[in-house]
Amino acid sequence: MKFSLGPVLYFWPKKQMQSFYQQAAESNVDIVYLGEAVCSKRRELKFDDYMDIAHMLREAGKQVCLSTMTLLEAPSELRELRRYCDNGEFLVEANDVGAIGILNDNKLPFVAGAAISIYNHHSLRRMVNLGMQRWVMPVELSGDWLGGLLNESIIQDVRDCFETELFSFGHMPLAWSARCFTARSEQRHKDQCELCCIKYPDGRVVDSQDGQRVFVLNGVQTQSGDRYNLINQLPSMRGTVDVVRLSPQSQGTFEWLHKFQQNITGAAPQPLEANDCNGYWLKLAGMVQHLD
Amino acid sequence: MELLCPAGSIPALKAAIENGADAVYVGLKDQTNARHFAGLNLDSGTLAEAVTYAHQHGRKLHVAINTFAQPQNYDQWTGAVDAAIKAKADVLIVADISLLGYIAERYPKQEIHLSVQASATNAAAIDFYQSQFGVKRIVLPRVLAMNQVRALAHTTNIDLEVFAFGSLCIMVEGRCYLSSYMTGESPNTAGVCSPAAHVRWEEEDGILESRLNGVLIDRFQPDERTGYPTLCKGRFEVAGAVYHPLEEPTSLNTLDLLPQLYKEGIKSLKIEGRQRSPAYVAQITRVWRAAIDSVLAAPDTFTVDAEWQRVLANLSEGSQTTLGAYHRTWK
Repeated sequence: MKFSLGPVLYFWPKKQMQSFYQQAAESNVDIVYLGEAVCSKRRELKFDDYMDIAHMLREAGKQVCLSTMTLLEAPSELRELRRYCDNGEFLVEANDVGAIGILNDNKLPFVAGAAISIYNHHSLRRMVNLGMQRWVMPVELSGDWLGGLLNESIIQDVRDCFETELFSFGHMPLAWSARCFTARSEQRHKDQCELCCIKYPDGRVVDSQDGQRVFVLNGVQTQSGDRYNLINQLPSMRGTVDVVRLSPQSQGTFEWLHKFQQNITGAAPQPLEANDCNGYWLKLAGMVQHLD
Repeated sequence: MELLCPAGSIPALKAAIENGADAVYVGLKDQTNARHFAGLNLDSGTLAEAVTYAHQHGRKLHVAINTFAQPQNYDQWTGAVDAAIKAKADVLIVADISLLGYIAERYPKQEIHLSVQASATNAAAIDFYQSQFGVKRIVLPRVLAMNQVRALAHTTNIDLEVFAFGSLCIMVEGRCYLSSYMTGESPNTAGVCSPAAHVRWEEEDGILESRLNGVLIDRFQPDERTGYPTLCKGRFEVAGAVYHPLEEPTSLNTLDLLPQLYKEGIKSLKIEGRQRSPAYVAQITRVWRAAIDSVLAAPDTFTVDAEWQRVLANLSEGSQTTLGAYHRTWK
């Protein structure tokens, strides 16, 4: 079982990003995803900065993948996407079908991100034929769904051609919109957002009127209010999940990476925190925290 | 420019056609479409009847098979495709890559429209679906601004269909898991959003609360208009302020944009609402028929009739309408 760090989904200052990836280089993580996947207006790090970090991580022995934008609308965003796809060195995580098209046209392999709608074995099989080397399944799917799908006969002869990766820790991306909800929360229009999301390194929390955590606003992305935490489900992933993904949080990411790595076989289970959830993997509503 | 209207039943289909729809879209009575509600949609017998009725009147019938097929009963989705083709449906509206492939390979002459659930928001994604599966038309997600719709109309050679009126999804369709996060069921996995089985209404001291799977979505004072607890239109709290952090209860209405949509060569205007009554479908269709006829007759001098807006406002969620993402200031 390998561990990965997903792309930083929040908007952090350049220094914080560099320090985070320095820690990543020194950590026991196997795979690191890099790049802006949420909003093209966030430019603390530019493409060349990401490539510098990618080289540093590769020299530290990490496998590096470049993550691409999920909601692509403007022609300028497609041009930036092409730069990522044409990087010439690193595997690319496609978070939109447009990226798969470009990578396939260039005969390049790819990782299919969790926002690509692959829900069944026939779609998965087609993606393998198009060059998919790793599949991050949609966050809303369960362990049973994954297991059943991988058991289908048409997957057997290509099962060695791709890895499976599971979003296992962090606030889950649940939706994308043209509207920027962080700007809206400050009564600004997106055009005049002044990149206000840089003030919220873990997004902005949304509670119900009776105090239940509901969502986290992260620019155009809406995340789960609760933090997904599958640390105690790691033993049940054996045989179906090849890579366990932790989504960077502003605090404690590497401590949790360590705890996850200690609990691969179930030897070091951890108590969940009040705002942790694990429902999706257990075939329940995503927000549910189920205690074994 | 085609007027494409929704129908969840044969009476709604007839209402749409009698009032001037050029084409009608329907779904089958199962999980294969994104309006999988009790008492709604057609079975194979009524589907054949619907096709016959549409063709007798010189109109087209589109069948939405636009959820993602599930591994354990995959055959239900290919079965829906086979049934729709057997019934001689003119168009299939599809999102799942495997079903697109199935149709393209098994029924190469079948006209396919890419469902909004496939989330094609850019030229590269459109190229992919066009080159891989020969889709003829793209239904654009409701997140694009008018200038972005225009840019796509200019840079691609594919037919474009846009949502003109109805419930407003503010998230990119086909990539929204908010509903399953709260209830376990989403458009992608169950063909539903904020499903009614999870809705509870509770009244205390005159204040009405709506809950979805136990989560408080909104609280209404006695003088406030209540609305269905669609979770993206709830009233929540951010840093002490209670408001609609995602969107107010409102409907999309693009009547003001009609001349621009016509000028950009948009092929089809889609009206949302297969879950609506035949009376609703009749009223909406009549207004949009009149508006499209007016723009076709004199695109440069088109003006929106106040009576049309009045009818549409009455049929809208919370009696409010918006241009949504088509207008930049919405974002």
